Amino acid sequence: MTVVTYVLYGLIGGGALLALVRLAWGPSLLDRVVATDTLLVIISAGLAVYAALERDPTVVPVLVVVSLLAFVGSVSIARYVGGMLRRSASGDGRDLGLPQAAEEREARS
Amino acid sequence: MTAVVDVVAMACLLAGAFLCLTAGLGLVRFPDVLSRMHAGTKPQVLGVLLVMVGAAIRLHGWSNVWMLLLVAAFQLLTAPVSAHMISRVAYRRRHVRRDLLLVDEFDADQQQSGDAPADAGPEPPATAGRG
Repeated sequence: MTVVTYVLYGLIGGGALLALVRLAWGPSLLDRVVATDTLLVIISAGLAVYAALERDPTVVPVLVVVSLLAFVGSVSIARYVGGMLRRSASGDGRDLGLPQAAEEREARS
Repeated sequence: MTAVVDVVAMACLLAGAFLCLTAGLGLVRFPDVLSRMHAGTKPQVLGVLLVMVGAAIRLHGWSNVWMLLLVAAFQLLTAPVSAHMISRVAYRRRHVRRDLLLVDEFDADQQQSGDAPADAGPEPPATAGRG
């Protein structure tokens, strides 16, 4: 049983660390949003694993809060970034001249 | 009996935790936002469902089971919405590696009129035609 415990915490901790690596590296804002979303899901999975291993139902309401926070955070940042898009002045609804993405800048240099 | 139930619960928890690790690996290894999102969504649905099933087996009492079911339902409802919004903004901000796309149905060459974006800020006030 203890071996299973170590393996479970190791797998979840490894996933959280790799998501943190992407959160630190991520060349664009949206990469960080995706990494934060995944990190919150991994955190809620870790809380559920803790609750299951210890048979401790104290952290179960926290799971609901974390899962809702992940949704609200990612949607609000996505709408905020979408509001940064520039519209053309001619009024035909087309986008123009978006801010240059970090990957393109990196690929060009 | 309890041993068998515990083994099933541990198998579910292990599968969910393994999906969490694969999400982290995919986030680090994949090239652009859309494919990273593909990797990161793995534990969002299947991983959380497996972990919730394992925790619901281990925890006793119906209140815990209902709350875990609520978490799973929230995940199932909200994951497509947030993924849709993030991927649309990612495409329109050109965070997508277009050379890696096999089919690009939003390509401007194949499309007659630009798609009207829904959340690109407020429209400029229409002054023409109002006199």
